[in-house]
Amino acid sequence: MKPIRPKLCLRHQLAILCAALGLAAFGASTAKADEAAAAPVEPAVAATTVAPAATNDLAALLAPLANANFAEKEAVAQKVAVSGHPNARPTLAAFLDGKLYARSSDGVVVVAEAVEGGEESLALTDPVTQKSLGTEPAEGLSKIGTNNSLRKSLKNLLAQIALTDPDPAVRLSAVKESMRALDETTVASFRATLAAENDTKVKRAIEVGLALADLESPEADTRLAAVRALDGELAPEVHNRLTTLVTPAEDGTLAEPDERVRLAANAALDNINFWRSVYGAAETMFFGLSLGSVLVLAAIGLAITFGVMGVINMAHGELIMLGAYTAYVMQLLIPDNHGLALLLSVPAAFLVSGAFGVAIERGIVRFLYGRPLETLLATFGLSLILQQLVRSVFSPNNRPVSIPEFMSGVWQVNDALALTYNRLYILVFSLMVFAALVAVLKRTPLGLQVRAVSLNRPMARAMGVRSAFVDAATFGLGAGIAGIAGVALSQLTNVGPNLGQAYIIDSFMVVVFGGVGNLWGTLIGGMSLGVINKLLEPYAGAVLAKILVLVALILFIQRKPRGLFPQKGRAAEGH
Amino acid sequence: MTISNSLARRMLGGAAALALLGAAQIAQAADTIKVGVLHSLSGTMAISETTLKDTVLMMIDEQNKKGGVLGKKLEAVVVDPASNWPLFAEKAEQLLVKDKVAVTFGCWTSVSRKSVLPVFEKNKGLLFYPVQYEGEESSKNVFYTGASPNQQAIPAVDYLMKDIGVKRWVLAGTDYVYPRTTNKILEAYLKDKGVKPEDIMINYTPFGHSDWQSIVSDIKKFGSAGKKTAVVSTINGDANVPFYKELGNQKISAEDIPVVAFSVGEEELAGLDAKPLVGHLAAWNYFQTYSAPANSAAIKTWRAFTKNPKRTFNDPMEATVIGFKLWVEAAEKAKSVDVDKVSESIIGLSVPNLTGGTATMLPNHHITKPVYIGEVREDGQFDIVWKTDKEVPGDAWSDFLDGSKDIEADWVKLKCGNYNTKTKKCSGQNY
Repeated sequence: MKPIRPKLCLRHQLAILCAALGLAAFGASTAKADEAAAAPVEPAVAATTVAPAATNDLAALLAPLANANFAEKEAVAQKVAVSGHPNARPTLAAFLDGKLYARSSDGVVVVAEAVEGGEESLALTDPVTQKSLGTEPAEGLSKIGTNNSLRKSLKNLLAQIALTDPDPAVRLSAVKESMRALDETTVASFRATLAAENDTKVKRAIEVGLALADLESPEADTRLAAVRALDGELAPEVHNRLTTLVTPAEDGTLAEPDERVRLAANAALDNINFWRSVYGAAETMFFGLSLGSVLVLAAIGLAITFGVMGVINMAHGELIMLGAYTAYVMQLLIPDNHGLALLLSVPAAFLVSGAFGVAIERGIVRFLYGRPLETLLATFGLSLILQQLVRSVFSPNNRPVSIPEFMSGVWQVNDALALTYNRLYILVFSLMVFAALVAVLKRTPLGLQVRAVSLNRPMARAMGVRSAFVDAATFGLGAGIAGIAGVALSQLTNVGPNLGQAYIIDSFMVVVFGGVGNLWGTLIGGMSLGVINKLLEPYAGAVLAKILVLVALILFIQRKPRGLFPQKGRAAEGH
Repeated sequence: MTISNSLARRMLGGAAALALLGAAQIAQAADTIKVGVLHSLSGTMAISETTLKDTVLMMIDEQNKKGGVLGKKLEAVVVDPASNWPLFAEKAEQLLVKDKVAVTFGCWTSVSRKSVLPVFEKNKGLLFYPVQYEGEESSKNVFYTGASPNQQAIPAVDYLMKDIGVKRWVLAGTDYVYPRTTNKILEAYLKDKGVKPEDIMINYTPFGHSDWQSIVSDIKKFGSAGKKTAVVSTINGDANVPFYKELGNQKISAEDIPVVAFSVGEEELAGLDAKPLVGHLAAWNYFQTYSAPANSAAIKTWRAFTKNPKRTFNDPMEATVIGFKLWVEAAEKAKSVDVDKVSESIIGLSVPNLTGGTATMLPNHHITKPVYIGEVREDGQFDIVWKTDKEVPGDAWSDFLDGSKDIEADWVKLKCGNYNTKTKKCSGQNY
């Protein structure tokens, strides 16, 4: 046992480094998520006190909403937006969120929100004064519905108001939102706010908007200056506008008559296209790593049971599924706080799936060591039993697991690159799980015993290792990790009885590709399969990409039957 | 001695029991009419099809309360083809040959329908098929009460084109026959309307696809080219959930790129958190939220029958109800449940549908249906935002596909399901 230790040092350090990096990234992105979540809330709190004269105006404006059609509602929204009333903004925001209701008793328009604990009644707020109006049962309220076009114009109106918000982040998103529908009023309000703007980012965004407007100018010099101002901007609006500028129409006429402007636009476009393709590649890489991280999470438990113990566990997918169902049950137990429920379901799923794992090992697998075919059949049967179990206990239908606030949304790095938080978290999470697992195997007495038993069972037993206990613990560990993977998957895919089946093949693929018995192989193998898949997908489509990966894998196994990182040593080769 | 004695006695007992059973069956057959129910009650399609089995049972129950058909009670024969396509044919054979059912209500996926088709034609059975499908078929022995593409896909695209002003199209579907055929028809239709090939993006994914990030990102890029873009989704089954989740995650809202789905209805939304879907569209011939007296009555009966006050009602269920009513009327009119007589008398019959209009059986074995577009609400129901002025007659053979343009189905004048108007020939059925 002793000689193994010094060899591990470098790997061990890497693992710690990995974990530290993972944690740092996790902290950073959480902070960003909080910022993003906090920003839009602020304005709603800002305006509260209102002069009585203005009160009546807004109330009168809102009154017709109760019986209006969508076109009339849009007209009302527009009037509210230009009324200059301090509470126009929270009212429109409530309208957009579908929180505006008409009270049946007196037809007054109110903002209603669900109260915690109270299922049937809603808490009312007066949109005009933003003061509470008590609660009202849901039957006494009729919702003022919105449709897509109404929501679109509401968003636009809110963006116009938000141009003068004190928070620069809100102003920035308002400018970007208004830029999508650039008309004369928007341009006018852009010009009005530009001088007073002191935040550089917002200023730049407004300048881009104005430059886009300037492209319509009859003066060639103005247009030229506008094109130069747009150089390096990655927003799709800029790209589209410049493209139409330089692309000749079908009859050969040019949208831009001036040669200089065309040349400048072409140069700017080349630059923009270059950066867009760079960020596009980064995005593909991220997608690949994210898919890879899911594969690693699903496979890493198997890497222990199959890789270290040599047990072909066909019920591995069902252990993942049990973890996902644990996340669902935790959400039922803590219905008010989905974030907390999800965090708690990580240890809970580890325990649930781990317990199942130990039971499987003690009840079935231990009688079948050394008989892989029988193990395969027995665990396959078990997988069917487990599937039927959840069908009977829960239902054959998929169960909904909601995504907590901090997991949803997107981290807009720049106009050309956006990373979704749920994928980002799961990427980091899988690295953390991996690091923790490596630490357990390399640092704890259990890990030492596991490695000893897997390398040479009789020798380990001769040294006093209780191999039966170690087998159960190892299998339980692998199963528990599968459960944790299930929690992560519950955020990405459907939680249903068939969840596990979708991942069992992929998991075996990753373990075999990476090299049986090597955790690092699983990590590298999973990540590279993910990236290769995503690189192929744009050209081959989702179906063909997967087939190509499988074929490539088969060819690879022909060349290197022991995978990327084969286990070395006398014991391993003697298998 | 004793052994053979007891054996003989057992055999005798068995024979007596069999005789009794046979007698009971004959007695039953004399005063009931058997109705076959051929829907999967287990396997992947069970989620959708079990509801339709219950709908048929409810209709039989209701009809029996009214005194049955032609003075006889209806008796349901329920079999479970278990989402297994070859088993569908086997079970259909059993219904027709062994149970001798007068009529069968069944099938959901097109592949299951194609699998039972030869069985129904060979044994001269009668099948009512209640699900929207890709068309390109008209069998003498099948009545299609679900929508054909011109009753769902084409009107939905028209709505997006005219009312929303969509210029760029993503046709996304699951990789099997219904999406592929529908998208082929839609592609031909869009090109016919002057949409350029570079403004159409077609994408297929396998059943149960869950990693949508790069596809959604591609849709986002495709949609940011300055022209209004919409996704026409024939994505089937539970792959829809991660698809819509990913749309929400990448902040693609229904206002920017609306998704109009042909396979997402009330039943599918009942099991999931509909928040990320709000504002996206679905095209159907029925929505539970449509306010009409017939609709409220049907929902009330359904909830009483299932003893579940929150059960949803959906489009294929309405199609089942219409099919059932049409068959009852046709049998009453023909004064017989004989397949040939019913098939003849049913053409031209009209029954009220649940949204205040009428469903008329056409000579091509399809029916007239209104088309509705709904926006998804937070509670998983739909707000109806658009509807056709009147019912649209179902077209068996699409007018937009080469090879299908010239084909016509008419079982009254032409007595043919695929009559080629150019060669003036009926080619007989080809499955």
